[in-house]
Amino acid sequence: MAQIEVRGLRKSFRVPLRSSGPFGALMDLVHRRTRTVEALKGITFEIEAGQIVGCIGPNGAGKSTAIKIIAGIMNPDGGEATVLGRTPWADRKAHVRHIGVVFGQRTQLWWDLPVIDSFALLREIYDLPRRDYDETLADVVERFHLAEVLDSPVRQLSLGLRMRCDLAAALLHRPSILFLDEPTIGLDAVSKLALREAIRDWSTERGVTVLLTTHDMDDIERLCRRVLLIADGSLLLDGAVDDLRRMSSARRTLMIDLAADVADVDLEGAELVRREGDRLWLEYDPEQVATHELIARAAAACPIRDLTVADRPIEEVVAQVYRDTP
Amino acid sequence: MRPYLAVLRTRCRLLLQYRAAAAAGLATQVAWGFLRLMILEAFYRAGGPAPMTLSQVSAYVWLGQAFLAMFPWNVDADVRDQVRTGSVAYELARPIDLYSLWFARALAMRTAPTLLRSVPLLTAALLLFGMPGPASAASLMWFAASMLLALLLACALTVILTASALWTISGDGASRLLAAVALSLSGNIAPLALLPDWLGRAVVLLPFSGIVDLPFRLYSGNIPPENAWLVLLHQSLWTVALVALGRGMVNRGMRRLTVMGG
Repeated sequence: MAQIEVRGLRKSFRVPLRSSGPFGALMDLVHRRTRTVEALKGITFEIEAGQIVGCIGPNGAGKSTAIKIIAGIMNPDGGEATVLGRTPWADRKAHVRHIGVVFGQRTQLWWDLPVIDSFALLREIYDLPRRDYDETLADVVERFHLAEVLDSPVRQLSLGLRMRCDLAAALLHRPSILFLDEPTIGLDAVSKLALREAIRDWSTERGVTVLLTTHDMDDIERLCRRVLLIADGSLLLDGAVDDLRRMSSARRTLMIDLAADVADVDLEGAELVRREGDRLWLEYDPEQVATHELIARAAAACPIRDLTVADRPIEEVVAQVYRDTP
Repeated sequence: MRPYLAVLRTRCRLLLQYRAAAAAGLATQVAWGFLRLMILEAFYRAGGPAPMTLSQVSAYVWLGQAFLAMFPWNVDADVRDQVRTGSVAYELARPIDLYSLWFARALAMRTAPTLLRSVPLLTAALLLFGMPGPASAASLMWFAASMLLALLLACALTVILTASALWTISGDGASRLLAAVALSLSGNIAPLALLPDWLGRAVVLLPFSGIVDLPFRLYSGNIPPENAWLVLLHQSLWTVALVALGRGMVNRGMRRLTVMGG
């Protein structure tokens, strides 16, 4: 049996509408109008132990809702979910003992307390044996390089450090599943790399399952073998990162730096999408014209100083998929 | 029990750090105490027979000033911020009972600042400001027992205030309103015994009198030790009722939160 099983999960929210105009607020008091937003329209997937799965989708697509339901923080309107053999919302206290949660935009640490005090409090909350706690603590401190910050109050930490501490806090009770909601949001490049490395190492060495949401395609490419693409409350794709690329057209980009100024370049089988001075970007479909063929044509058509061929950036692919969904 | 005790300990340690605030509060509370006493003295000079002696009133006022921080007049600001920002969802991701957690926090919030302020203020009042001692050893003992229950009662009310933030988001409105009402109904403005008879008798039945009026009157012997059990009964019944109410509010509020989204 899979570690996480989700079947036909549904959730809708009622959002109050506000009337405008001078008497709008008064009207709302008498007659409240609401709009129903379907955040999840029946989502089904399974996750095996030890996998790192990324969940992407436009803002408001329902990915955070899905993660919150599976983490036991929110109740669904319909559908089933089994995590480690339990229904999260029905058996919350037993369920949350075995999961760890990090929300990128919030902290679970006590703002005014030194980090170590927050950790000690978590030890009491999860009622962890002293030896286990000490061992896990030593491990996360060494891995995430936290030795120097343990005695600083959380409010003095940079965002990158704080996120590492937050992640450490979520691991102290050795959860088998980790839910991360936008863990790298707002981090600089170095902090992002450090956090990704921490997540990946912990997952592979301890066999911990990770389900994360993100807007950062680098997170997906570096961390996840598998992607869930949620848009408009439905699961559009459940597959590898390469499947995501294939969803959009398989077009590639040929970038050419011209050796001399040429007025116009027109190559059969490729489309000029951009030009800046003597640098050109051409898009083509490798199924219709082979790359070496195109390069030969280009070399014949114009003087070339340098050229590169690239897959379309995954960001663009995803943007295309988001645009194409109704 | 252990996680809640740990929260209580940690919160207390944190709150005991605010010594400058306590010192400033102390000065204000001393000045305010003299003001209250002078007004009441003026009334006593002008008026006829009163249900409390002036010396009893003096003890009452100084106790009120010393234990002001124990009064449930504000919400737990950290919890309010958690509700506002949605971090409260983290608490749901923990194997912990939210009501007990908030109660432990309230206990710290009502105890730590009160300890910082009441000891120096009572010492000064007894030695320098002419505050009379307890009426008898029995009065003192019943007063101490009653203050413990008063603390629990105040915490039950604090959690109710805090839980109201789950509906109003800020919780400020409810807390200001309740604070104003509760302060006058508790006897913190003037002893309830000095209210008109019909009003005083009704107000004493409300929970607020159990935090201020009743224990303080035990101290001065205005309520004799043989009637103390009535006070403790009043406080216990209200504490049980308000804990039940607060628990219901937290459960309903969290269900609403889990329905509405974090």
